Amino acid sequence: MSQNNELKADSNCQLSIVNYQLSSVNCQLQLPTVNCKSISKAYGSVQALKEVSIDVEAGELYGLIGPDGAGKTTLFRILTTLILADKGTSTVGGFDVVKDYKKIRSSVGYMPGRFSLYQDLTVEENLTFFANVFGTTIEENYDLIKDIYQQIEPFKTRRAGALSGGMKQKLALSCALIHKPTVLFLDEPTTGVDPVSRKEFWGMLRNLKEQGITILVSTPYMDEASLCDRIALITNGQILKVDTPQNIVSQFDNILWGVRGNNMHKLLTDLRLHPSVESCFSFGDTLHVMLNNNALTTTALTTWLSGKGHQDVTIFPIEPNVEDCFMELTKQ
Amino acid sequence: MKQFLTFVKKEFHHIFRDHRTMLILIGMPIVEIILFGFAITTEVKDSKVAILDTSHDVATRHIIDEINANKYFNVVEYIHNSNDIQRVFQKGEASMVVVFEDHFYETLLHTGKAQIQVIADATDPNTATTITYYVNRIISDYQQTLMGQNKAPYQITPNIKLLFNPEMKGAYNFVPGVLGMILMLICAMMTSIAIVREKETGTMEILLVSPIKPIMIILAKMVPYFVISCFNLATVLLLSVYVLGVPVAGSLTGLILISLLFIIVSLSLGLLVSTLTHTQLAAMLVSGMVFLLPVILLSGMIFPIENMPMWMQRLSDIIPAKWYIEAVKALMIEGLGIMNILKEIGILSLMTLVFTAISLKKFNVRLD
Repeated sequence: MSQNNELKADSNCQLSIVNYQLSSVNCQLQLPTVNCKSISKAYGSVQALKEVSIDVEAGELYGLIGPDGAGKTTLFRILTTLILADKGTSTVGGFDVVKDYKKIRSSVGYMPGRFSLYQDLTVEENLTFFANVFGTTIEENYDLIKDIYQQIEPFKTRRAGALSGGMKQKLALSCALIHKPTVLFLDEPTTGVDPVSRKEFWGMLRNLKEQGITILVSTPYMDEASLCDRIALITNGQILKVDTPQNIVSQFDNILWGVRGNNMHKLLTDLRLHPSVESCFSFGDTLHVMLNNNALTTTALTTWLSGKGHQDVTIFPIEPNVEDCFMELTKQ
Repeated sequence: MKQFLTFVKKEFHHIFRDHRTMLILIGMPIVEIILFGFAITTEVKDSKVAILDTSHDVATRHIIDEINANKYFNVVEYIHNSNDIQRVFQKGEASMVVVFEDHFYETLLHTGKAQIQVIADATDPNTATTITYYVNRIISDYQQTLMGQNKAPYQITPNIKLLFNPEMKGAYNFVPGVLGMILMLICAMMTSIAIVREKETGTMEILLVSPIKPIMIILAKMVPYFVISCFNLATVLLLSVYVLGVPVAGSLTGLILISLLFIIVSLSLGLLVSTLTHTQLAAMLVSGMVFLLPVILLSGMIFPIENMPMWMQRLSDIIPAKWYIEAVKALMIEGLGIMNILKEIGILSLMTLVFTAISLKKFNVRLD
């Protein structure tokens, strides 16, 4: 065999190409449901995405976590074939977003960040419309949307424009699900929704995940990150880290202190002046403080603070959350 | 096909639920035809005339009676002093004053020559020319009867015949124009706005991420406006025939055919606008400024194309409404058959092809 190869260099070359192509086909079959390879996209002089690569496995609830303007929507639009990337390749469900865009469009569900249903159509008309557009009926896939749709069904003759924020989201989710998509793209579904509805919404997502739908969800709320299987932290068009929320939190290698006092605002500005304080951020009723000098004791810090006029200051160790990790990562 | 019908149904829902737009779409043609037919008219009717007659003789009385009997004039005032002439015009009491010289009939008999001064308000030059012309006719008619008594040896009488529109009705001219304008407005403007609205509200984003072909979305948008345009075509034609008394002298089939073709041209223009603009406001401005205004100004609806400078006449050639109005005039007023408008049919078909081709080339299956 090897002799043969040496004799016929040309055919050897061709043979290896064939082999290579075969292996790439094999590779594609094992590809994750959503795959991005070094995606870049610029709007004029603004670089929205820089060399972004992510993989979403089948059946995963994957969170894209980052502040406004991080590039989440741009990435979603590239994956849903709505815009073209400047560089890089992506596949969704094994289909290329540029070549096979038609196949992707008929198999995924997409819910844009802005409420984009017909406000002058009723709840039922919207749902029927989207069912028919995808060549199906409400009855056919009722099981999938039942839990969600049942909550808004009493209002089915109401115009979509007259619904509350939470109900609008439920309707939009129902419409995105009505054709039983393999992958569901949810762009900031909980922005502008009240905390109770948000919690409820994430409950629905867990249920959908159990039914085997791969879900890619973006959110600016860090507290929602822990509800995902895996998260990608994104800022300024770059992915900072991809891991499970637990791993991301456990990789936080500093000790974090919670600080509370009477005058929280003054406490924050004073703490930031302390030479040993690396960072200090406000989280609800507590300040999260990271020190760069582990020799500093809590008593020493309390004394220093009372010297600044702070009374009843309590300092206690706390577990870091995803937001702490995000802050830490953005600093690097 | 079922998807397509779902879309069409949805578009009708959008239109029917927007009562104000609906009212405009259906009511505007009716209001416009009635406005143009009765209020905004260039015809001269019942012009107010004041008379300054110091002679009070047979001749002046005869002429005054003739003027008063004429349907174009209404003698409203007799003034006795030349100072009053200024007042009559300034207060707008009359648009014309007829002044007879002193001892009119006597002078005429003795010298064979008498003078009448006709003073007209030329703020509106067309009206002024028309009414002075009419008065001239009345006076020369009287002269003829005088000469008839004296048996003048030679006499040339021009026998004027006004073809197609013997009564000089304005309606004959503007019905085709209003038709062209309304169809252009509804098809081009409303369609482009409806398509761009989907882009603006973000629903286009969801529609694109679906198995439906983008071009089907657009076609479905056009169907309701096509139907409404046909409805408007029918109302305008019925109103013109039964209310304004403009007959369809030529081929009705030809008229319907050319109108349907014009509707399609306008729809393709609307499609073109929608592919080039991103906001409803921009779509409205483009259709309003680039299509509607030239339709009104350059299509021959208000200003005759023959009177325009050459370059403007050439410019009017690229306006679809010009060809449509020309064809409608030929069919409705001149009573010609379908064979006489083949040129217009050809040009409008070509325009449809060009607009559709550009739109399809520009059409984007993605956002931006």
